[in-house]
Amino acid sequence: MAEQLQALGRKTTAGGAPLTATRESLWKDALRRLVRNRAAVVGGTIIVILILAAVFAPFIAPYTYDGQILKDQNTVPQWILNLFPVMKNYAKINNNYLLGADYVGRDLFSRIVYGARVSLTVAFIGPIISLIIGVIYGSISGFFGGRVDNIMMRIVDVLYGFPTLLFIILLLAFFRGTLARPEPGTFSYSISQLDAQMGGMLFIFIGIGLTAWETMARLTRGQVLSVREKEFIEAARTIGASNLRIMFRHILPNIIGPLVVAETLAIPGYISTEAFLSFIGLGVNPPTPSWGAMISDGAQVIRTYPNQTIFPALALAITMFAFNFLGDGLRDALDPRLRGTQ
Amino acid sequence: MGRYIARRLIYLFVVLFVVSVITFGLMHAVPGGPFDREKKLPKEIMENLNKRYHLDEPLVMQYGRYMYDVMIPHFSIKAPTSSLLDDHLFNVKVGPIWIKWMNFGPSYSSRSRTVNDIFRDQLPISMQLGLMALFVALVIGLPLGILAALKQNTIFDYLGMSVAIFGVSVPVIVLGPILIYIFGVSLKLLPPTGWGAKPPYVLGFLPAKLDWNFWKYAIMPPIALGLGSSAIIARLTRASLLQVIREDYIRTARAKGLQERLVITRHALKNSLIPVVTILGPMFAALVTGTFVTELTFGIPGMGKYFVTSITNRDYPVIMGTILLYVVFLVIANLVVDILYAYLDPRIRYD
Repeated sequence: MAEQLQALGRKTTAGGAPLTATRESLWKDALRRLVRNRAAVVGGTIIVILILAAVFAPFIAPYTYDGQILKDQNTVPQWILNLFPVMKNYAKINNNYLLGADYVGRDLFSRIVYGARVSLTVAFIGPIISLIIGVIYGSISGFFGGRVDNIMMRIVDVLYGFPTLLFIILLLAFFRGTLARPEPGTFSYSISQLDAQMGGMLFIFIGIGLTAWETMARLTRGQVLSVREKEFIEAARTIGASNLRIMFRHILPNIIGPLVVAETLAIPGYISTEAFLSFIGLGVNPPTPSWGAMISDGAQVIRTYPNQTIFPALALAITMFAFNFLGDGLRDALDPRLRGTQ
Repeated sequence: MGRYIARRLIYLFVVLFVVSVITFGLMHAVPGGPFDREKKLPKEIMENLNKRYHLDEPLVMQYGRYMYDVMIPHFSIKAPTSSLLDDHLFNVKVGPIWIKWMNFGPSYSSRSRTVNDIFRDQLPISMQLGLMALFVALVIGLPLGILAALKQNTIFDYLGMSVAIFGVSVPVIVLGPILIYIFGVSLKLLPPTGWGAKPPYVLGFLPAKLDWNFWKYAIMPPIALGLGSSAIIARLTRASLLQVIREDYIRTARAKGLQERLVITRHALKNSLIPVVTILGPMFAALVTGTFVTELTFGIPGMGKYFVTSITNRDYPVIMGTILLYVVFLVIANLVVDILYAYLDPRIRYD
């Protein structure tokens, strides 16, 4: 893929532009193609709106995410009855809540707005963690080759045999159990305090990070291998560049495109992993609102108050749509030849 | 090929070893034990329980004992008993000697059941769900991908790829509740939760009766689980077919005057399906573990429910057994796909 990217870059500088311009025009080119892609623009716009909603949640949400007004529990606004006619016979009408109130009288809309914080944090931190671990691991493996590569890749192979979802459940249970009530002053105490402050998200990041980097490591290694023997690396070596410099100045910029695309396409997976973990009660700590946890709570009353499940589910789906659109667009933009592939 | 398979089997054992050590370590590192209750049990009872399940021994001993019971075949002249401690998954009689293999031990939380009992009763349900989801993925994904490729840049292509984006964007915990609401609650066509098949199963995992009582439960969950995978298959099929259609041998086939239908079916389709086969291994793996999510969403009594509750109950043997079993599944599924791949594409050589 790196050769293709380079070939692309070369084509744009056929007029003999200086070497530094090649890389810039590649990204400019990609950006131009991305902006022309309507689906990607829609996805990007939705993501920007979601980010704004998450950041300014206290100003958008009419209520707090944990304020319970018990007399309003399970109430719905008038307009929802048209959407879910099942509720006509028994639902208490209360137009104070845009999407209704949940089983303890918390505003659903406010909780969905605050819930964007969790999903978006996972969407941005997940790739960062797996990129950092995966790229470092993969580039060491690919760069040094030989026995180092062999051993490092065998380790990745073994980790690949793990049933990821089961393993992440086990890891989360381990974190939640071990660090539940540690002694003040110890390392595990500070970790669990940090996790509590983040509403339980820290352990989700660690869990995702520990299970998601292997794919990145393999991809990076493959990319490094394909670039490593190129003439410009040899040239850099002859003028005495250090390994680190070659890695960061010459190899990484040439392989970053496919890595970014792969990570963007992996984001929906991270979002749904978090949602699933919260769904089974191992995710964020209540009352921190997560769409997964809200779907799970709502599923208890889906026969009577379907709005409590369907709206968080739609929020989750829209977010995943947006990231998929953007990821697809990014891939097409960076390498048009791959259009429609995985 | 023989050497390749042997190497993969060694790999299987390495993975099993690493996974079992990590799982065992993580389980036992969490403070507390399986018999901790809100109201503390008397000390003597705790001691006896721990002794019965060998929880008073050093961890290395416990691990060794467990792995010995699971991995090493036992030879005995005694017929299998109904004892909870002597329940093996495989019992074969050769002459006067019984060969017993894979004793996953008793479950701590559901007394009077062994892990093997749970496997026998619950695993078939997960398998049925996973296989049906794979079927759904293929039946939706393949035609969609083929149609999109053959009618590239037409409404079929855009429609097909929109369905594909929809499929990858809607996880089971979203699609599940929506399907349940529409077909289970609103239209009342299908029961919202549950599963129709009960033991005994045909061949160990197939439902005995395939009547409406089975199907009414088995329509929504496989669709919810399989739709995402069908999207992946559709995209891959489309991309691969588009590539194959541009090959020289397709031009040759057309040049010699072969009917377009035959060009597609005989030459293009067959070759374009090779990459699709390779993805079936990881996909099967994803579907088999994905059944966990689906089971929890649709209230299906498969392995998923047992696994999640066994983690909160500290039911060590169930946790270990389930994870080891799934490792074997994943590795073997990938091995089968690799062999199939070499068979379909004679250029592939593993040795």
